Amino acid sequence: MLSSELVIAIAIAYVGLLFLIAYVSDRRARRGKAGFLNSPFVYTLAISVYCTSWTFYGAVGSAARSGLEYLAIYLGPTIVFIGWWFILRRLVRISHNQRITSIADLLSARFGKSSRLAVLITIIAVIGIAPYIALQLKAVTSSIQAIAGVGEFPGRTLRGIDEVGLALAVAAGMALFTILFGTRNVDAKEQHLGVVAAIAFEAIVKLAALVATGIFVVYVGGGLQAIFSRAEAAGLDIYSIGTFDDRWIAMNVLSAAAILCLPRQFQITIVENSDENHLRTASWAFPGYLLLMSLFTLPIALFGLTSMPAGANPDMFVLTVPLASGQEGLALFSFIGGFSSATSMIIVESIALSIMVSNHIVMPLMLRFTQGRGIGRGQGVSSLLLNSRRFSIALILGLGFLYFYFTRNSNALAPIGLISFCGVAQFLPSIIAALFWREATLKAATAAVAVGFVVWAWSSFMPSFAGSSVVVADIMAHGPWGLTWLRPEALFGLAGIDPLVNVVFWSLFLNTATLVVVSLLTSPSALERVQAALFIDLFRPSTAGSPSVIRGSATARDLRFVAERVFGPARAYALFAGVPAVPPPQFIDRLERELAGSIGAASAHVMLSKVVSGDAISIEEVFEMAGETRQAIEYSQELERTSEELRSTAAQLESANLKLRELDGQKDEFLSQVSHEVRTPMASIRSFSEILLDDDLSDAQRRRFVSTIHQESLRLTKLLDEILDLSALERGERPWDNVRIDAEAALDRAIEVCAPLAQRRHMHIVVGPRAGSAIVEGDTDRLCQVLINLIVNAIKYNDADTPVVEVRSEVIDGSFVVEISDNGPGIPANEAQAIFDMFTRGEHGRSDATPGAGLGLAISRKIITRMSGALELVPRDTRGARFRVTLPAC
Amino acid sequence: MAALLAGRRAKGGDVAVDILIAEDEPSILESLDFILRRAGWSIASVTDGDAVLSTLRRAPPRLVVLDVMLPKRSGFDVLKQIRADDVLRELPVLILTAKGQAKDRRTAEELGADGFVTKPYANAEVIDEVRRLIGAVHTA
Repeated sequence: MLSSELVIAIAIAYVGLLFLIAYVSDRRARRGKAGFLNSPFVYTLAISVYCTSWTFYGAVGSAARSGLEYLAIYLGPTIVFIGWWFILRRLVRISHNQRITSIADLLSARFGKSSRLAVLITIIAVIGIAPYIALQLKAVTSSIQAIAGVGEFPGRTLRGIDEVGLALAVAAGMALFTILFGTRNVDAKEQHLGVVAAIAFEAIVKLAALVATGIFVVYVGGGLQAIFSRAEAAGLDIYSIGTFDDRWIAMNVLSAAAILCLPRQFQITIVENSDENHLRTASWAFPGYLLLMSLFTLPIALFGLTSMPAGANPDMFVLTVPLASGQEGLALFSFIGGFSSATSMIIVESIALSIMVSNHIVMPLMLRFTQGRGIGRGQGVSSLLLNSRRFSIALILGLGFLYFYFTRNSNALAPIGLISFCGVAQFLPSIIAALFWREATLKAATAAVAVGFVVWAWSSFMPSFAGSSVVVADIMAHGPWGLTWLRPEALFGLAGIDPLVNVVFWSLFLNTATLVVVSLLTSPSALERVQAALFIDLFRPSTAGSPSVIRGSATARDLRFVAERVFGPARAYALFAGVPAVPPPQFIDRLERELAGSIGAASAHVMLSKVVSGDAISIEEVFEMAGETRQAIEYSQELERTSEELRSTAAQLESANLKLRELDGQKDEFLSQVSHEVRTPMASIRSFSEILLDDDLSDAQRRRFVSTIHQESLRLTKLLDEILDLSALERGERPWDNVRIDAEAALDRAIEVCAPLAQRRHMHIVVGPRAGSAIVEGDTDRLCQVLINLIVNAIKYNDADTPVVEVRSEVIDGSFVVEISDNGPGIPANEAQAIFDMFTRGEHGRSDATPGAGLGLAISRKIITRMSGALELVPRDTRGARFRVTLPAC
Repeated sequence: MAALLAGRRAKGGDVAVDILIAEDEPSILESLDFILRRAGWSIASVTDGDAVLSTLRRAPPRLVVLDVMLPKRSGFDVLKQIRADDVLRELPVLILTAKGQAKDRRTAEELGADGFVTKPYANAEVIDEVRRLIGAVHTA
């Protein structure tokens, strides 16, 4: 007999191994050496997180109780992967395009980015999955008891710990483990390579364990033939035709829905997918995996039924059959296989659910309470996210445990799993509509999911408490308030059929009916329409020129309104220059292409066809839609950069956008200046390069032209550096802390740096009276930069016969003042202000001066201003310019 | 230095040249001077807006290559003066600009420029424009 300590120690060691695998894989991936981790087979193995301990233990139990019924659980997903791969491909493509993070996110994005729908889906998923988590807790608990030899004898406990205590310990351990595993960092794309690697490893372990047990059973049983004939002799009904009835069909429907709708399947199949082509491999490899998993189910079940003592729990045959033959090692391997099935499910499911809870419930609440204050900084957001994920994981496992506690009297594993399957299947109609039905609306999807959920909760979820609640048992028997037509298992008088069929039929029927009827009665908002187009016209070739010429007429004014909302006024103006009041079809075509470049072909088409053909929809609404589309684009582009943080600062972004728009005018002028400044050196570079391409040049010419090109490239580089520096200063980037610095030392350094340049120009820097020592608040390097800039200007533009630059400083009235003067051409009074603007520079003094970009003074003034000082040009009577820097002295 | 030499020649005598270049960026001026001279035209140059007009009045060339961003007086301003001048009215003017905007091109057209080249330019483009405006080089 295996001791319970050993079993638990092995389980913990196994968890440690998983953690190591995840850790190493994450590190490899981060160093860009993901290698085989990106293989389609790892992806496929991870998808087999579908096979939980329910399939590991429960399939045998189910086969022992109901024959071939268990096959339905494998058949549904197989049908989806082989026959409906186009749905998966569509989901993957959309989710990549739209940065979808969960099933709640998917539906909310499709239906006009509705946060209410996301909350509803999240809540339903959390409640719907609780039984499934409970199932894993139950399976792990039972398996520990079985292998330690106490499970078969009710009343006995494992070293004084009863089933509930053990389950609580398992739940707590799993929560801790998942938190360590899945919430080490927040990834913008919500991809967890390390976790996927560990899950793939677990998939191999569980398959190997089940196959090993199967082979052992066949060996001990004397071959398949012998096992089957012995079962027949024992009177077991193996080939029951009655298996393939309406209940079996319902199970197929559920398992097909589950492979799409279960949060963990969505997480692995869709969100963690790194390459659409992996789906190709998965479409045959995953069904292959399922086939291998189910290969030995029936032999193990039949062998167990014929060889084990009567009353043995068939759910534990996978463990108890090897144990009964004294194969403790194999039993332990089987236990680890079952443990793998349970842990992989719990990890992925609770990560997926925690993403939903934290993104759709916790974050919005935090944002509302703090009104966006204080979480604008990245660090705050990511730690908030991590904590809310951790909290969610604990919550999810807690709910699973509660469900386990209240339903612990139910014995079989399989029915519990079907409850969860049916719960998440309520998402299916809306998902299908999201992908294929343009007219489906937010209101319809919300109502449909809610109706399905209520029916499910009434007819499937609640009945599972019948064993622990008298009230529920009474409702089950007589209906609420004696209304028998509301009896959960015979809704609306549909008695005499299997309870599972009852709930599957009514919930999905009412769900779908609500979806269709409400969609037909309501009309989608503009944003819903845009999102619908993005989802449904996914594979529409984006290259225009297709014979999709929109026929009909529209005035240039109407079209221009739309264009302005998307492009902004300036580009719209250029587009519409010279267009007649009633534009020709070719123009509308061209406009569509232009729009497609900005907002995607689908929405461009939708948008224009609405304006042009004068659909029932009002023109105002299209303008509205255009505006919203543009906002949506801006929003999603920003999202691509910093998905999570931006979500939280969307509000701030909006106000920033407003400011940006005000600055637009200034920005245009700036850009035009930048363009001019860049084109000037580029012109020389290009022209001389072309000249150099010709052969008939002397060596001296060649050298001279190359050196000009070199000079101009340096100028270009310097220009770009300055532009970056200036824009960083303007945006408040590269900030520095103003600290107490020795301003005189900074001045000394600046003079020292400039001395060689002065020497080359055969001039002298005259250092006049100095303050001696002065402490100011600022940054030494930045102050130096300003002083150097001023001295270099004084040297460079000085064309006097005996050029002189004078530097003096003093402390006067609590201010430190530096004056830098020269005897160059000076600056005319009318330009005294303009020189501090961007791209203004003085007359070129000496012809050998490398022209500056005209940004130096603008940058200098910004720097000094940030040190609470002033930089100005001092008027003087004599020839030359004098600049004065004033800083408050400490 | 070619640019300085060219400048001295224009200031020095009243020899009428084929092309007067008005450009304040030394290296661009040098490149224009080189390619146009190599194509066979004679060249003079100035580096600010005021100098363009005085040189034109003294010895009108067959064509002016006029930069827009000139010190003292902008290229557009110079162009306006040329078109208002009884003697210079018909002089072909090729506008050179680094702003590269449709607006500049429109302004140039409205003011009566004969050609328009954007910096950075292809050397062949400049030569083609000049050739279009004043024909092939006289080999007399």
